[in-house]
Amino acid sequence: MSILIDSSSRVLVQGMTGREGKFHSGQMIEYGTAVVGGVTPGKGGEWVHGKPIFDTVKGCVEATGANVSMILVPGPFAADAIYEAIDAGIPLIICLTEGIPIRDMMNVYEYLKNSSSRLIGPNCPGVLTPGQAKVGFMPNYVGKPGNVGVVSKSGTLTYETVAAMSAAGYGQSTCVGIGGDPIIGTTFVEVLEMFEEDAQTEKVVLMGEIGGRAEIDAAEFIKARMTKPVVAFIAGRSAPEGTRMGHAGAIVEGGQGTAQEKIDALRAAGARIAENPETIPDLLG
Amino acid sequence: MNLHEYQTKRRFAQYGIPVASGQTATTPEEARIIAGEIGVPVVVKAQVLVGGRGKAGGVKLAKSPEEAYAIAGKILGMDIKGHTVGIVLIDPASSINSEIYLGITNDRTTGKPVMMASSEGGVEIEEVARVNPSAIIREWISPSLGLREYQARNIASGINLPREHWAAFTKIARNLYRCYVESDAVLAEINPLVITGENELFALDGKMVIDDNALYRQPELAAQRDTSAEPLVETQARDAGLTYVKLNGQIGCMVNGAGLAMTTMDMIKLYGGGDIFPANFLDIGGGAQADRVAAALRIILSDPDVKAVLFNIFGGITRGDEVARGILQALKEVPTDKPMVIRLAGTNSEEGRAIIDDANIPNITAASTLTDGAKKAIAAARGEA
Repeated sequence: MSILIDSSSRVLVQGMTGREGKFHSGQMIEYGTAVVGGVTPGKGGEWVHGKPIFDTVKGCVEATGANVSMILVPGPFAADAIYEAIDAGIPLIICLTEGIPIRDMMNVYEYLKNSSSRLIGPNCPGVLTPGQAKVGFMPNYVGKPGNVGVVSKSGTLTYETVAAMSAAGYGQSTCVGIGGDPIIGTTFVEVLEMFEEDAQTEKVVLMGEIGGRAEIDAAEFIKARMTKPVVAFIAGRSAPEGTRMGHAGAIVEGGQGTAQEKIDALRAAGARIAENPETIPDLLG
Repeated sequence: MNLHEYQTKRRFAQYGIPVASGQTATTPEEARIIAGEIGVPVVVKAQVLVGGRGKAGGVKLAKSPEEAYAIAGKILGMDIKGHTVGIVLIDPASSINSEIYLGITNDRTTGKPVMMASSEGGVEIEEVARVNPSAIIREWISPSLGLREYQARNIASGINLPREHWAAFTKIARNLYRCYVESDAVLAEINPLVITGENELFALDGKMVIDDNALYRQPELAAQRDTSAEPLVETQARDAGLTYVKLNGQIGCMVNGAGLAMTTMDMIKLYGGGDIFPANFLDIGGGAQADRVAAALRIILSDPDVKAVLFNIFGGITRGDEVARGILQALKEVPTDKPMVIRLAGTNSEEGRAIIDDANIPNITAASTLTDGAKKAIAAARGEA
């Protein structure tokens, strides 16, 4: 078992004909992911990596039976791509796009909550179930099948940690990048809930950062509901207040969203706190 | 992107929100003329993109045009938290009976805009939230419905606004919401919204922050960006497609990805023994090409406090060989004898390491991990390497 994606996932890529879309869908196919087709309006009938391109998501789903969509289209067009995937009935939408206007995301969020689709991201590295499927950017070699669930706001920090875990012999059930934007489709709490229910997952690693209160909500959930041990790392202890640290969501405002308050809440909830992501494997023992 | 008070109030006026009929001046002489035209007393207000200008002496009352001249002379050029004042706003002074806070921002938890109001206007909403959280009334807004009239009434009643002002307040609240939405703002606030001695409501001060990701469709607002107040390197970084934030430490950092960039800074602080800190946050972004890496290195080295540079690149989309070529290209353009520690991992990192090794640069040290890189950079900054 795993969460969100596995070897039976049939993946379509919105934006497959672009430079990044081509490269990463190639990497995903190489990893063994069942990429069944792509969508680029105006390019229906073309082929990329031997997979058919469609003009519409609806057309692609009808022809291929895709049940996961990965979105890799530029920010100004991403909201429309998400609506199209929701309307085509795709149950799992993974949006990697960075730079979507927040107003677009608030509109998307409302529509999404009235649908049966789940959205991961945007502005995220995607999802990896080692040995089965990869939907996103994570480098192919970092993961290793195992029993630790990983959930993170950040991309490269996840690669760093997952690579260190794999090297130390701690494989992963699924690695989920939820994204660094203020408004995201799936929260830490929802992913923790999935890991808690997943039979393969025995322990969980959570990587958060400054800004917002998603990690505080996660701590409350851990305290109330999690039976599996959690190791956590929070990035941004050295970040000054009032300055946005790259991610649109990573900012301490009015004394809220500091690394320390998140660390304190997670520790109080029983999570083990790593000071350095490279020491996470030591805390999994 | 932050708008100045005068830019915000101009925008508010376009949306039918009553504001003071002030004008901006960049010289004391202009301030004197404006004060004479709009009639004294006037308030001379520093236009800076940072809070706390009142306490810093950036807002003063002038009872005559000559006094406006003298005050503007003092405020123009004043340094407020590292921002130099280049513009003052001259507003007519008004009699104030009471002050209200009214603002809209996006709420992360619900994914909706939230309108907030408090009868304690004129102070920062964060301060009210800390001292008296129950004084803040909130209404969450459905993006598809917009702010409904009943919601504006809920707020008016919640802050105990006298009924005679409800009609005017509702109009202002709905116009503020429209302004927030159509401007792609992430924050639009009137603070304070005042009730005058003549029983009229108007926005005495205002603040707007525009979503950087939406500037492509807000050309009129994008053109109002004031880069004079920000450090030159931040402008250069934005132009090069980099995210750079200057800090006060000694180790320049170049990292790919925001989370890893913050973590790299944290490791410097963690192992820095209380005297060595990161000099900056710098995210070169995904898929960084050689020329972007070169631009990043130039920016880092332009900081005179930097004693050592740490590169931490974990390639996913970003390729180690591209980064390595970028570093060498930058060193040709901006030679430096400062010690540099390079840690490359992930996509094409072996090729990248080989490129650096072959160049045989004496002040470059390789590091194998994040921790190793941070410790070596700290030692280098202390002159121990």
